[in-house]
Amino acid sequence: MSYLLEQVLNGLSYGLVLSLIAAGFAIVFTSTGVLNFAHGSIVLLGAYLVAVLHDSIGFWPAVLVGLAGAALVGVAINAVLVRNLADKKPDTAAILMLGVDIVLLTELTRRIGNQVLTLGAPWGASVVRFGDVSLPTGRVLAAGVTVVAFGALWYLFSRTDLGVGMRAAAADGPTASLMGIRLSRTAATGWALAGVLAAVAGIFLTSFPAPGVAPTVALSAFAAIPAWVLGGFDSVPGAVIGGLLIGLTSALVTGYESDLEPFLGSGFGEVAPYVVMIVVLLVRPSGLLGSKEAVRV
Amino acid sequence: MSDLPRRISGLVLLLVALALPLVMSDFWLQTGLFVMATAIGAVGLTLLVGVAGQLSLGHAAFAAIGAYVFAWSTGESTTSVSGLGLPPVLGLVLAAVVSAGVGAAFSPIAGRLRGIYLGLATLGLVFVVRHLLVNLDQWTGGFVGRSVEPFAVLGFSFSNRDPDYLAIAGVEFSGLHRLWYLFLLLAVVAIWLASNLRAGRTGRAWANVRDSETAAAAMGIGVAGAKRSAFVVSSAYAGVAGAMLALAYGRVAPDVFSLTASVDFLVMIVLGGLGSVAGAVVGAVFVTSLPLVLAQYSSALPFLAAPGSGGLDPSTAARIVYGLAIIAVLVFLRGGLAGAARRLRARLRPTPAVGQPAVAAPSRSKETTR
Repeated sequence: MSYLLEQVLNGLSYGLVLSLIAAGFAIVFTSTGVLNFAHGSIVLLGAYLVAVLHDSIGFWPAVLVGLAGAALVGVAINAVLVRNLADKKPDTAAILMLGVDIVLLTELTRRIGNQVLTLGAPWGASVVRFGDVSLPTGRVLAAGVTVVAFGALWYLFSRTDLGVGMRAAAADGPTASLMGIRLSRTAATGWALAGVLAAVAGIFLTSFPAPGVAPTVALSAFAAIPAWVLGGFDSVPGAVIGGLLIGLTSALVTGYESDLEPFLGSGFGEVAPYVVMIVVLLVRPSGLLGSKEAVRV
Repeated sequence: MSDLPRRISGLVLLLVALALPLVMSDFWLQTGLFVMATAIGAVGLTLLVGVAGQLSLGHAAFAAIGAYVFAWSTGESTTSVSGLGLPPVLGLVLAAVVSAGVGAAFSPIAGRLRGIYLGLATLGLVFVVRHLLVNLDQWTGGFVGRSVEPFAVLGFSFSNRDPDYLAIAGVEFSGLHRLWYLFLLLAVVAIWLASNLRAGRTGRAWANVRDSETAAAAMGIGVAGAKRSAFVVSSAYAGVAGAMLALAYGRVAPDVFSLTASVDFLVMIVLGGLGSVAGAVVGAVFVTSLPLVLAQYSSALPFLAAPGSGGLDPSTAARIVYGLAIIAVLVFLRGGLAGAARRLRARLRPTPAVGQPAVAAPSRSKETTR
């Protein structure tokens, strides 16, 4: 029983980290209509900055630099590349982001090489015990930070002018622009937010129980795409639900792999999120909480 | 304007491609084989993404299906892997048919989603197919993959055996030469078919669906059916490309058909210009040969380091170059290389004399792509 509980708690905390990344996908998509394939690289970039800098300037300043760096790169990608696309369509933008991802990821991979960089997180490899269930401290912390982050997001989107402006811009860009909302500002804010969330997720994805910063982190960030799709493309609460579902699924499938192996094969945990995504798209193409797209003639 | 200049240039290119193996080294022959295989895949993808406007990140998955179906159906059964031992021609047809079939099985999704939403759904396919390749090891050989029988027609083998030595007018035709001509034949047929599909009723229906689903439906085009058929055709192309890659490598393994391979196919068609068949071929030449050529001549290039030494190794350099190339094309070069060529031709054409009807208008309206 405690094994099951441990798997569930592990899955939920991992799912919360995924939902940070998924929310980044959703925010960028609603604020600029871009499917950000470079998001995985930005997750890796945030963690990489922390890993490289923590020795010289200390862990917490390094975290600040990591968050700021990831946010800046996102804002720069939007300002320099996305806004200057020759052909402004969602498909072209998605392919552009694939190109950005190739460049960023190749360069980061080259810098990291074959080594696994440590993050130098002060919580190290410690473990928290609740009765007979033990969880890595990093995961408990991740859950706490994620809840706070989503609280802050809720406040931003429902109580501040900037957040309401972002929602208005997402709902109807031209009208919002006529009402005096600066679309360039809402778009930059969206990319910056997504970058910060990505860097936070990157830090938790690369600290214990993960071995450290390695290029594969960018690929595991891809697992957040099913979470985002599951929740609905334009919904932040949907991203949370999707992240939790995907986290639970992969934790349970991995945890009970020995029982599932005869009919699902080994390593199904990595594939399970994508299978869930395909099934959801088949039944509900707009996800669980996503709004259906209206077609204008 | 007549098609004559275009036909003549196509014929010249074909003659060059026929003559090239006579003067090229084995390295360039091998590179040419990979280029032709990926070019067919890229042509299939440009029909789906460029003409029909459906983004797919699952092209490598269909190429994998084609490659493994070919390897399994033509291979002999051994203690570790099973095989059917069918004639390779049949294997090639099976590769296309099974890939198309899987594409059709995916059509409940492909027919309903569009654009980037389909791209996300097909992203899942790459991972699912990879999982199957690793786990169905009695057919696929698992992680290490399985070897592929050389191609043969009626006892004539496209390898260095059967006949051992083949020379026409004193020029030796080794296995690589023979495969070159086989691949060239397949590529010409594939390109010809794709151009006709694009210019014909089907292609126009696809382009119409891309531009506006509502308008297409109002014109009497079955939107879901058009999206489905584009997906099935592009899957069949990917299947043939996969089988050719298997032949060129002489081996199939899951890592050849990763997400990276899917992205490479997309890079090819974007560089060449979405929707342009010729552009897809040019893109394939660039993307496929760049890493191979850089690796071959890395010792002669001062800025490249040996792989593993921590410096800029050839495959890293190639990836950065074409990552930057795709960004540059999307930001500066509307319509890719094909679009640039079209604008250049329009500029070079002599301006019509006063009083004569403009000749540019009809060729413009025939255009079904950007």
